[in-house]
Amino acid sequence: MVGIVDYGMGNLLSVYNAFDYLGVDVKICKNPEELSTVDRIVIPGVGAFKDCITRIKSTGFVDALNEEVIKKAKPTMGICLGMQVMASKSFEGGEFEGLGWFDANVIKLTPFDPTLRIPNIGWNTINYEKSCPLFKGLPNHPDFYLVHSFYVKANQETDIVATYDYTYPVTASILKDNIFASQFHPEKSQDYGLKMLDNFINWKP
Amino acid sequence: MSKKRLIPKLQLRTSRNNAKKVVLVVTKQFNETIEIGDPVSQAKIFQAQSADELIFINIDRNTNGIEMLAKIINKVSEEIFMPITVGGGIKTVEDFRVLLSNGADKISINTIAVKNPEFITITSEKYGAQCVVINIDYKKNANGDYKVYINCGQEETDYHPLDWAIKVEELGAGELLLCNIDCDGMRGGLDVDMTRQISEAVSIPVITSGGCGLAEHFVDGFLTGKADAVAAGTFFAHRDQNFMQTRSQIKNSGVNIRMHT
Repeated sequence: MVGIVDYGMGNLLSVYNAFDYLGVDVKICKNPEELSTVDRIVIPGVGAFKDCITRIKSTGFVDALNEEVIKKAKPTMGICLGMQVMASKSFEGGEFEGLGWFDANVIKLTPFDPTLRIPNIGWNTINYEKSCPLFKGLPNHPDFYLVHSFYVKANQETDIVATYDYTYPVTASILKDNIFASQFHPEKSQDYGLKMLDNFINWKP
Repeated sequence: MSKKRLIPKLQLRTSRNNAKKVVLVVTKQFNETIEIGDPVSQAKIFQAQSADELIFINIDRNTNGIEMLAKIINKVSEEIFMPITVGGGIKTVEDFRVLLSNGADKISINTIAVKNPEFITITSEKYGAQCVVINIDYKKNANGDYKVYINCGQEETDYHPLDWAIKVEELGAGELLLCNIDCDGMRGGLDVDMTRQISEAVSIPVITSGGCGLAEHFVDGFLTGKADAVAAGTFFAHRDQNFMQTRSQIKNSGVNIRMHT
């Protein structure tokens, strides 16, 4: 059973539908207690970092997440803002503490070419570590859909398993133990995205 | 670097033959409409052809427009796994919430943005700038001046499209969807001049539309118009045009687009 963390923000339906389409049991978890009943956890999210972390805290998910993700080490996936919130700190609209699962800061995209757009919206070619199990079965340079203005700058090089080029390498995915997170949206990236979610379902970290 | 995007624009209205049925239509200069078919099955075809994104616009101003739109998007999102923009008749923050919770990723607004520009800032702060697409429909008025039009092209405003584009970016818009009404459905090419002026003046992504009849019109939109994406309705509604052919031609002209095999 895959549990999608519902802290009251973002388009959960697409993530839900993608897992449902793959034929896996999936449920949307509104209450932190529900996380103890699932085997795998997905943290989605769109919007602003501050709202996201504030809601995760106010809905009581922090303790439950630390219990299930860190202590019980359930396979966990963060998507977009759900990835950023795993960092230690974000500088979006101020300075805010995240869940601190990754030694990383969330900072603004600053491409060297001023004609490049912010937010970066669209399909980008992802360069990934071939050993990463979440990318298993994908072509060498797949395109995934991204939409963001801020990104996760990981302080530990070894946490980074995928990047894309926006005049410099921008973190696309991070991985540590049982936690995988991507800036791009697998649930919006057609067949490659579905393949990645399928890999997540079968992932044994 | 984000690749340039090709986006089918699916315009919806109540069928002339069945008041309970919503159909996909194409338009000419926002007036004449031709019924094409079922929006959900057409969306599936576009997914099979690897469209980069889909835009759904309700051009029917019936009273239960949002509910109807939400129903269709909900159905689409069960099987379509790509970004979906939805617009047409949005009036409230609640409309945003309803559409987003039914599977939309971005909401496109026009009339409400002109009538209440603060609405852009409110929704941008609440849902993120990436979620707020400003649809700028424009054409030359009787005096030959370019003006933004609202209410499906029925009502002229005081704004020049370039000024309005700059203003909505300041207010928090995350993306622009341009359409020159006079070019709409005519298959004679995009308005690349205005597209370029706006693309160079703002730093948010620009989608241009209205007038694609040939693959080279898309190429003009990207290379001359400097657009980040080109949307088209009529072009993709005709069965002899498909994404595979169009993509190859555009790619061969030197535009960095996604080739999915």
